[in-house]
Amino acid sequence: MEIMMKELEISAAVDELDTVIRFIDEQLEAAECPMNIQMQIELSVEEIFVNIASYAYAPGTGNATIKMRIYGEPLTAEIVFVDSGVQYDPLAKEDPDVNKPAAEREIGGLGIFLTKKNMDEVAYEYSGGKNIFKMRKVIA
Amino acid sequence: MTISKTENGKEVTVSVEGRIDSKTAPEFEKEVKDCFESFDSMVIDLAQVNYVSSAGLRILLTAHKAMSAKEGLKVRNVCKEVMAIFNVTGFSGVLDIK
Repeated sequence: MEIMMKELEISAAVDELDTVIRFIDEQLEAAECPMNIQMQIELSVEEIFVNIASYAYAPGTGNATIKMRIYGEPLTAEIVFVDSGVQYDPLAKEDPDVNKPAAEREIGGLGIFLTKKNMDEVAYEYSGGKNIFKMRKVIA
Repeated sequence: MTISKTENGKEVTVSVEGRIDSKTAPEFEKEVKDCFESFDSMVIDLAQVNYVSSAGLRILLTAHKAMSAKEGLKVRNVCKEVMAIFNVTGFSGVLDIK
């Protein structure tokens, strides 16, 4: 059962993060998504959007399209990020070693790791000159 | 996000209210880094924080490294949602958290 599908086209800028999170939260709240799952999705959305905002068009600017769909049994949220910036696969990066002592830890690389941990499924493809990052999570 | 600081001799407590995300992290980073030189120990109170993204984690790790040369960083009043993030990233084994 398809419950809803919404799309947001927005300037890929960190300043727009609040708007993006609000867009995501509205759909999740309408679907009565539990708070802890909502936060895991917010973390993942922030990471991917901020990645696009920071790297896709640098030093210029451009837009990102965020498509969100809530569907199925069990109820699942699917979020797709599309940008026309430089080709970049965030999943190609190796996971940080989360068991390393603090002194040896690198600062960074945690965001995409958190995204992988928090979502049930993540996928990247480059097609038609666009970066397409898709993620899914069961929310009920 | 709002930040307040309480000084107690060589210890400073940085209390945060709101979300620590990519947008608010620069302000949090500035407030925390401003304390590195003047204090020997730092407490970051997260009682009013229910969301810490990787941008916030990076700052906690920076603070931990900076303060470990002195008397250290303590992270206090962590709610269960934020604790789950610390657990999955291994931060709960790195930071002094209660």
